This record gives sequence, C-alpha cells and structure tokens, in this order.
Amino acid sequence: MEFFAQQFINGLTLGSIYGLIALGYTMVFGIIGMVNFAHGDVFMLSSFIALICFLILTTWLGLTSVALVFLIVLILAMVLTALWGWAIERVAYRPLRGSFRLAPLISAIGVSIFLSNFVQVVQGARNKPVPPLVREVFVLFQNEQYTVTLSYKQAIIMTTTAALLAGFWYLVQRTSFGRAQRACEQDRRMAALLGINVDRTISLTFVLGAALAAVAGTLYLLYYGVVSFSDGFVPGVKAFTAAVLGGIGSLPGAVLGGLIIGLIETFWSAYFSIEYKDVAAFLILIVVLIFKPSGILGRPEVEKV
Amino acid sequence: MTLATIQDAPPAAVSGGPDDAVLIVDHLTMRFGGLTAVGDVSFKVGRGDITALIGPNGAGKTTVFNCITGFYKPTEGMIRLRQADGATYMLERLPGHDVNRVARVARTFQNIRLFPQMTVLENLLVAMHKPLMRASGFSLAGILGLSGYRKAEAAAIDKAAAWIARIGLTHRADEPAGDLPYGDQRRLEIARAMCTDPVLLCLDEPAAGLNPRESGELNTLLRLIRDEFDTSVLLIEHDMSVVMKISDRIVVLDYGIKIADGTPEQIRTDTRVIAAYLGVDDEEVAAVEAEVGLTGASA
Repeated sequence: MEFFAQQFINGLTLGSIYGLIALGYTMVFGIIGMVNFAHGDVFMLSSFIALICFLILTTWLGLTSVALVFLIVLILAMVLTALWGWAIERVAYRPLRGSFRLAPLISAIGVSIFLSNFVQVVQGARNKPVPPLVREVFVLFQNEQYTVTLSYKQAIIMTTTAALLAGFWYLVQRTSFGRAQRACEQDRRMAALLGINVDRTISLTFVLGAALAAVAGTLYLLYYGVVSFSDGFVPGVKAFTAAVLGGIGSLPGAVLGGLIIGLIETFWSAYFSIEYKDVAAFLILIVVLIFKPSGILGRPEVEKV
Repeated sequence: MTLATIQDAPPAAVSGGPDDAVLIVDHLTMRFGGLTAVGDVSFKVGRGDITALIGPNGAGKTTVFNCITGFYKPTEGMIRLRQADGATYMLERLPGHDVNRVARVARTFQNIRLFPQMTVLENLLVAMHKPLMRASGFSLAGILGLSGYRKAEAAAIDKAAAWIARIGLTHRADEPAGDLPYGDQRRLEIARAMCTDPVLLCLDEPAAGLNPRESGELNTLLRLIRDEFDTSVLLIEHDMSVVMKISDRIVVLDYGIKIADGTPEQIRTDTRVIAAYLGVDDEEVAAVEAEVGLTGASA
C-alpha cells in the first residue's frame, strides 16, 4: 500500500510534465488543425535555455536564493522559448498556410530534426547535469519498512500544472482572445471578416504553446537534473499521445491524458518491467482510440447532412 | 422615359446615383483566366439606403461582393468606401481583416457561417473582439480581471444582449448557435455583422431558404437597421418580395454587366431587366434590343 501510494505520487508528477507539454500540442491543433511535431524539441530546447540561465545566475552572478533563481530561470526560459516559438511559426508554418494539409506537418518534422541537431552541435551530445536545486521532502506517511514522501519538486510540478491548466482554460473560455482563437478554429475567413487578425491570433497561440513547453522544460530539468539533446523526442511523443488520449483540442483532456500516461508508465515500471513501460502506455492509447476515437474528453465530430 | 436616362448615361455611371454615397464602385472588372465574371461595373450605394444587387444566376453579383469585402483582388477598377466623417478607403488595397477593422464593412454569405459550437452570445462577442482586445491590454488585463477590462466586457455583453433581444433570441442566448433553426441563424448572422459597427453591411442572399414568416421578420430587421443605425445595406437577393419591399435603390447585373440602376418602380418596368429575367427567343432579340435602344446606342 505504501509502495502504491509512492508510485502514485511519482506517476502524477511525470503525468503533470506530460500534461504541460500536451497542452501546447492541443492548443496548436485546436486552432489550426496541425500537429506541431516540433513541440517536443521546443520543450528540449527550453530545458537547455533553462540550464544555461541557471548556470549564468548561479556561477557568474552568484545568486544563492533558490526560489529567486528558480523564478528568474522560469521567466527567462518562457520568454526566450516563446521567441523561438514565434520564429518557428513565422519561418516554417506561416508561409505554408493555405498549402495542402501535409505540408506544414512535414515542415514541423523538419523543424524537429533541425532543433535536435542544432542543440547537439552547439551544446554537445553528452548529458548536461545541474546540481539538485530543491531537496526538501514532505514525509506523508512512515512505518518501519517504508516512507512515503512528496518532494517539494513534485509538489511544485503538480501545482504549476494545475494552475496553468486553470489559467489557460480561463483564457480560452472566458477572454476575448480565447473567443478569437475558437472563432479562428471554426472558420478562419469568417473570423477575419469580423475584424480578427487571424495571423496574429495564430502566432500568439504558438507563443503561448512554446511558453508552456518552457515551463515543462524547466520543471523537467528541476526534477531529473539532467538533459540531453535527444530528450525532446520521447516526452514529445508521449505528450502527443496524451493529447490524443484526452481528446485533442481539449485542454483538460490534455492534462488528463498526461496523468493517465504518466500513471500507467510508472505503475508498469514499478510492478512489471521497466523495459515495457512505453509499450503499456501506447497499448492503452490504442485500446482507448478503438472504443472512443475522439479521445476521452474530445467532442465527437457530428456531421450534419 | 426613365429607361432611356439610365441607358444613355455613359459607362461611367458613377456620376449618377445617390449624391452622398457610402460605397463607390468604379469600373470594376474581375477576370478569372479568360472568363470575365464582372465587366466594367460602376454603381454607388447611398448613405443610409438599402441597395439591392439583383440579376439572374451567374450574373456576377457574388463576385462583386467578394471584391468589395477583399476576398478577390479586382483585375481593374476601384472600390472606394467613404465614411460619414469623410475618410475614404480603397477597399481593393486593404488586407482581409482590415476591410472590417478599419474600413468597417461587414458581410454575410449565401451559406450560414456562424461559429456553430459557440453560443449565440459568444458569436456576437467575437464580433467585438477589436475593442475588447484593446481594452484588455491584449488579454493580460483580461486574465488579471482588471476593472477597465471588466467594464469593456460588460459593455460588450450589453450590446450583444440588445441585439439578441432585437432578433428575439434572448431565451436561447446560451445555446450553441448551430442548434438554432435556420431563420434564426440567418438573423443572428446579421446581428453579428452589426456588432462590428459597420458603415456598410453586405448581405448575400439573406432571404434564401426562409419561409414567408421568416422572410417578413428579416424585412423588419433590415428596416430597423436602416432606420435606427448609421449603416447602409447592400444586399444580393433573388426573393423579389424582399427586394421590392425594402430597397431604396436596385442595381441589376446580367452576364457581369450592369443593365439597370434605379428605384424599385423604375426597375419593375425596365424592359432589359424583364428580358434578362424572363429570357427572350433568339428571333426576338433584335426586337427587344431595338425596343430598349441597344442597337441605336451601339451604332
């Protein structure tokens, strides 16, 4: 039971990171119907940006307050990654808008390959570690054999994810920008005729998606303490799976999907074999999609005849 | 001889028509490859008028609309929009969303293009995106819930609620727009277009598919727009019961060429219009042309 509780906490943490990345996938898909395959690599890139910011702050500037360093790193990573997100949309996707559906998808794969190779060349192929930032833990439960803990890191990750989900849900459902986003999603030309700047709305969506990836990247670095150029691919694919599982286009669905994938993976590694954890996660995806093709929280496409 | 005055006017008929024009279409030509969809069409839309653009199928009416609202870049010609304060915009040079944002032209389409998954209220609020976006400091203030944004949001909701009341949908304001009956969706589209505060409202076949009762409701709505708002209306319509009842002025196109321009009474008796609508046998063409003075004009 104690073991189960500990694995549950670990799974939720991993799932929260997947959920954060999945939010970016789902928002971009929601507005232009395109799977941004470069999103996983944007996430990896943001981890590196966070790493560099962290090293500059601690070794060059000699900051010691952990909370302050973390906050500055987070903000810097978000801003810089958002700039990357904006540039990627501008260079690789916007010229292809109005082209055939597959073109931006292929372009996204190209961007993905470019980003991972770019980081490999400029940062080297080895894993980059950071010293552990936050080591404190809450002890939730203790007996002779086993201690169930929730580390500060895990608590930070879960609360950040919950807060960002709530914030983005509010943004999309309740603000004028969110209405413009949904209008662009449903009928881009009509939205333009109502005075909405469609290009700017799409750009901003990419910027927000990249900023979310940066939060995930910073938290990932905080949690694992190590990052390498190839770290974008697997979490990216897992997060995409999470977005599809939860119902692509739905924000709560993305986080729910992330949590499910995270939990399955963790429990499978804990009780069965760690080698097969990815198989288990993707198997669940297949099963869910067979019975509910639009995902858990996705709206089914109703075609009126 | 009302007919003759229209016919005898030089091709630059822009000089005729209403004195205070909100829209001046000047020698508009639109070619698609070898096909001339609209050939040298000129007309004016008077400020505060309801102007109807009619003609048989394929006459080029929707093409004219698409040029006005920036969907097509005209091959030749100018489209000027004059606002009440004298500001003039060349519509053919504005990018898509600026036709609405800057020049304040709104339009609807032949098919319904509401945002079906958004509620009735949200559909109208989307149309007020520009002022709201400015008030919200590009969403920052919106997320923080600052009072300036809340005030702007409340004002937008009031305005939307007033329009919902005018089209009689208050009891369904929070339902998805896609669930409304056809006639209500039509009027909701017009209300949404009006929420952008247009100086010119272009309606493409607003009465298509409406039953007589709904068509009557549409007439009431259009008259209300003309009488109570500073919005001029340009509409394409096949339903003559709508056109003749509410139009102040009618422009008739046939095969991409303007064949008549005048008040409903003038149009009703215009031989060329009747010929275009009813069609004439080949043998009679010469007779009809002689009657309307075409042969004389070309000779």
